[in-house]
Amino acid sequence: MTIPQRQKLGRPLMKLIRLREWPILQQLHIEEQLLRTSSENWCIINDGTREPTIVMGVSGKPAELLEIKPVLHDQVPVIKRFTGGGTVIVDGGSIFVTFICNKDAVPDLQPYPRPIMSWSSLIYNEVFHGTGDFHLRENDYVFGNRKFGGNAQSITKGRWIHHTSFLWDYEIRNMAYLKLPSRAPEYRSARDHLEFICRMKDYISRSDFIDRTVRALGTHFSVESEELEAIQSGRSTKFSPLSRLLTAQEIESASCELESPKSLACFSSP
Amino acid sequence: MASRLLWASRAASYLRISVAHRGFATVLKDLKYYDSHEWVKVEGNSATVGITDHAQDHLGDVVFVELPEVGAPVTQGEGFGAVESVKATSDVNSPVTGKVVEVNEELSNSPGLVNSSPYEQGWIIKVEMSDAGQLNNLMDADKYSKFCEEEDAKH
Repeated sequence: MTIPQRQKLGRPLMKLIRLREWPILQQLHIEEQLLRTSSENWCIINDGTREPTIVMGVSGKPAELLEIKPVLHDQVPVIKRFTGGGTVIVDGGSIFVTFICNKDAVPDLQPYPRPIMSWSSLIYNEVFHGTGDFHLRENDYVFGNRKFGGNAQSITKGRWIHHTSFLWDYEIRNMAYLKLPSRAPEYRSARDHLEFICRMKDYISRSDFIDRTVRALGTHFSVESEELEAIQSGRSTKFSPLSRLLTAQEIESASCELESPKSLACFSSP
Repeated sequence: MASRLLWASRAASYLRISVAHRGFATVLKDLKYYDSHEWVKVEGNSATVGITDHAQDHLGDVVFVELPEVGAPVTQGEGFGAVESVKATSDVNSPVTGKVVEVNEELSNSPGLVNSSPYEQGWIIKVEMSDAGQLNNLMDADKYSKFCEEEDAKH
């Protein structure tokens, strides 16, 4: 395993990939590959994703989290990702920021969920300094008590990933595809989506947010830009990512089981 | 240790969150331990595997356990499954090499057993070992306790 380079100042190297409107499934595949097969530290920033897409966490159950009928009717893609956490619907108004680090990349940081979550919010405290009432509330990024950033992580033996989908803007109608989750943070207080979330665009422009994020990273890491092509050309053909698109049949089965758990129709052959 | 507490409490007060600290985790004498915080109970050629009290305390409330298939091979040091706690999936690594002969199906309905009973009802897999000699690579209870103290002190 190669040792990550350290610059003369002692800050570890972090490679930065900047994408624009990259499909979220492909972003997740790149992230998972870098987590599992790279020994470098990475930051990936994807400014939007073209198609509105639902992204569930590793243990997400469509029947519990989604309004199945409209999802199927409108053919909204549903992805199950490799990290934990909840369900989001992302589109061109979303901004994605991902950190992939070796466990010793951040001095004094234990590679467990809560310390990583706290550390990430210190980065964003710098980003949002003087902008809105930003803080980490339970596991969400909020302005006041309204969420605008959702987080998820995956931790391996020697590395971790912390990725965030930011609601720079969103379509109200898209929120109707998501149910109120049974597992919700306390501060949500049973508010529906539109009362619970807010738009980052009311506080900061896209370009300012991205520029400030890169600058904040630079105080902790020595950041070098990397082209996606360089990674793609070196990708291992043996690696199989876990993140995947659910089939319509899988989503239909979930709907069927919800309505009639023991119905024979749920088990009809394709 | 002092710098870690200072860092944590400074971050916590800035972020308005409470940081729970346990003084020490339970370590059982008759088990062996791996450096990624899994335990193994050896009975003849059979090994029962789970994650330690230290691990479950640091992970938080477990909400899902990804179990391997019965019959799947496991290799010492490599991941065989994962636990999900709130927003994170964390790999569970095997402390032994062999074949999975049983998985704890109870964890599918009650993943919290990993938190409430990490060494008993929260066991994850049973393995038929193919190389008992690898047990020499594991820590006993005393070494593991010191390992946890040193790890917590470093951060």
